[in-house]
Amino acid sequence: MKRLLTLLAAATALTAAPAAAQTVAIVNGKVAIGDGSAPVDNGTVLIRNGRIVSAGAGVTVPADAQRIDAQGRWVTPGLVAGWTNLGLTEVEGVGDANDSVANQSPFSAAIDVAPAVNAAVSALAITRSRGVTRAIVAPDAGNDIFAGQGALVDMGNDVDAVFKPRAFQFVELGEAGARKAGGSRAATFVFFRNAMLEARDYARNPSAYGGRDSDALLMRLDAAALVPVVEGRMPLAVHVERASDILQVLDLRKEFPSLKLILVGASEGWLVADKIAAAGVPVLTPALTDLPYAFEALGATQSNYGRLKAAGVKVAIGELGGQPRNTKQSAGNLVALQKVPGAAGISWGEALAAVTSAPAEVMGLGNDFGSLRAGRRADVVIWDGDPLELDSAPVTMLIDGVQQPLENRQTKLRDRYLTPGEKDLPKAFER
Amino acid sequence: MNKTWLAGVAGLALLSACTSANDRPETASSTPRASAEPASPVYESTYRAFPGVLTAITGATVLDGEGKRIDNGTVILADGKVQAIGGADTPIPAGATRYDAAGKWVTPGIIDAHSHLGDYASPGVDAHSDGNEVTGPVRPEVWAEHSVWPQDPGFTRALTNGGVTALQILPGSANLFGGRSVTLKNVPARTVQGMKFPGAPHGLKMACGENPKRVYGSRNQMPQTRMGNMAVNRQTWLKAQDYKRKVAKDPNTARDLAMETLVDVLDGKILVHNHCYRADEMAFVLDMAKEFGYKVTAFHHAVEAYKIADKLRDAGACSAMWADWWGFKMEAYDAINENIPLVHNAGACAIVHSDDANGIQRLNQEAAKAMGDGKRIGIDIAPEIAWTWLSYNPAKALGIADQTGSLKPGKMADVVLWNGDPFSVYTRPERVWIDGALMYDANDPKRRPVTDFELGQPGEGDVK
Repeated sequence: MKRLLTLLAAATALTAAPAAAQTVAIVNGKVAIGDGSAPVDNGTVLIRNGRIVSAGAGVTVPADAQRIDAQGRWVTPGLVAGWTNLGLTEVEGVGDANDSVANQSPFSAAIDVAPAVNAAVSALAITRSRGVTRAIVAPDAGNDIFAGQGALVDMGNDVDAVFKPRAFQFVELGEAGARKAGGSRAATFVFFRNAMLEARDYARNPSAYGGRDSDALLMRLDAAALVPVVEGRMPLAVHVERASDILQVLDLRKEFPSLKLILVGASEGWLVADKIAAAGVPVLTPALTDLPYAFEALGATQSNYGRLKAAGVKVAIGELGGQPRNTKQSAGNLVALQKVPGAAGISWGEALAAVTSAPAEVMGLGNDFGSLRAGRRADVVIWDGDPLELDSAPVTMLIDGVQQPLENRQTKLRDRYLTPGEKDLPKAFER
Repeated sequence: MNKTWLAGVAGLALLSACTSANDRPETASSTPRASAEPASPVYESTYRAFPGVLTAITGATVLDGEGKRIDNGTVILADGKVQAIGGADTPIPAGATRYDAAGKWVTPGIIDAHSHLGDYASPGVDAHSDGNEVTGPVRPEVWAEHSVWPQDPGFTRALTNGGVTALQILPGSANLFGGRSVTLKNVPARTVQGMKFPGAPHGLKMACGENPKRVYGSRNQMPQTRMGNMAVNRQTWLKAQDYKRKVAKDPNTARDLAMETLVDVLDGKILVHNHCYRADEMAFVLDMAKEFGYKVTAFHHAVEAYKIADKLRDAGACSAMWADWWGFKMEAYDAINENIPLVHNAGACAIVHSDDANGIQRLNQEAAKAMGDGKRIGIDIAPEIAWTWLSYNPAKALGIADQTGSLKPGKMADVVLWNGDPFSVYTRPERVWIDGALMYDANDPKRRPVTDFELGQPGEGDVK
């Protein structure tokens, strides 16, 4: 078995060009690093062993490097989709094919999406073809305020999508959390406090922790899963929208000082932007929410991102319930706001960063992926136009330095139906 | 075959009309009704255009909405109408308020053929859930306008971010027959009648597929299957045909609101808007329309329209589509990004629709994505052609193309001045006129509507 796998791996390495171990140089590109800086013409991206060696102008290309000529086109880091269920769902509306939520589970915080992620779901290949190379994958909360542990995944065409399991714990503390905790936000915060205290109990003496066979509310495994959260070793992503909820969440650190908070949603973040900035808490927020879609989002505005950024908050785009394929459209729209009087837009470089390096930094992993700075994973896209524009798409993509296919079942359906009528045989014979 | 059959139906209709006219005793007490129309029009539009000024927009790239592009063009608005459209040499009337639009674009206002604004208003609390009368699969008697909350902030976002000047509000898709739609001008008003597009015909919302069978199947009620959907549909049309015959024979027949709607469809007064994703189901609906003698004006969602674009063209049915919504349910599993360009390329009528309070703010962007995906497979659609998906084609599908949907002299001055190429992500509406009245001006906070709901709330009057 092992030998077969080795053989297969060898065969893959032969066909996949370039392979991870090679030195690859993408030359003659309009290179944008993804760190907020402006693109440079005639730039080079140098890759070795699946990592970026250097990128930008004046990069020396070693003689043995495999060269890819970008022909003057845009070259950027692969896009990072900020808050998705990629890999958990084939068809959302089909329960059997949807692992994003566990409504009937007795467990909550202990739920770990990593084993549920399927690298072969269509959504991964489709999202890849739109320029996304990595994503934050979060579970939805079931019948508890704790949804479980999310993962970071790549869109590579291989069997293994998760590159960082158990990357964070996710908790609902706004309107949704109130419903799950028994009907009020007040109850939500009691439930949360109790959970943190029980996690500490568990950490002090695991064998003495009874879970629900004693007077504890958390199952043993849920308490165990919350230990790294209360100890600050695992980020806690908190979904809240309302300004007052955001302040309450920031206050949690008075009692639990180690909490490594990430705010998710935060539609009204701009109303308390200075306090978020002072607390040093990063934010993942959708770019385009501007409707009072719920009472907790009465102040929602597309200027939220720009105003948070202007206040000094570490912020990235994360679309709750949005489509990860629209990542670049969301970023481009924030650039458009620069021309709207009274709105807070961001620059093109900041917009690219919002969907590349910024989500990685929010997750505390900006040194590992999300930009073309030296040492990062070599996720690189060559585009047929401005990457944030609506009509652009990738022409070449590398993930971890390995070139990726851009076909998927959508492109195959398209090719079959370029002309709708049937020919000598039924459509089922056209491939 | 079809021709003979259609002629037969026409003959029958004529015959029954004659019979009823001859047989009807003319008395003061009887209220003669030619069809199932109410005795007098009710819930009529009270919309009146707001005052505008003589306006000249110059130097813009102008798309007329019917496939024509004018570089360095001029558009003149007067008395609520488009007075002139032309090149740089177009005469500017004296006293006109002038807008130098060099580097900017001018288009007809966007028309969304599929919206639930007001019926599913923001905030989306249960108290605002007014879009589906889920009490029976056949509810043609309900009217979407009776649910519309005109204070929904979604309308103003669609105006200021989306350049949407008219839109059709449909009931939802839980039912096979969901009720009558209403077409609105996107002008804030105290009442729904104050928004109603004057003279626009009603639509009938129908739905194929998963939604009706799921909703009623889960109650162990018909329909539970797609065959159940078709059976209930056909039985209902038979009832409508019966009712039509009855009324023709006896004008004092007790009114039946559900049947009145369906008879108006059979008489071509109400346009059918059929939510339908799959190609095979759309084909069944086209057959059903033949069976009962009505026309499908547009399939909505139509994610598999690309598979039968030739049949849709031949049937003269429009497809109202998203650019790239995909895979969220089984009947959306075969959606492709090239659906819109492939339908267009086959010579069928393509419409970009939203069905979404956020999507309606960026329909131009959805069209732009479709253009890009079309171009990559060799279907290069020019901006002036693509704009027909956003204004003229939806206007046709709503039965209002003689009044709006393109910048033709004499038509309503429903116009958007964009601050750049509207197919670019970096562009937003700068000004929007509806019937010649300036309803949005990005540079003037006083020309930015704030709904009653938003008064006194966080962010009141913000750009949003």
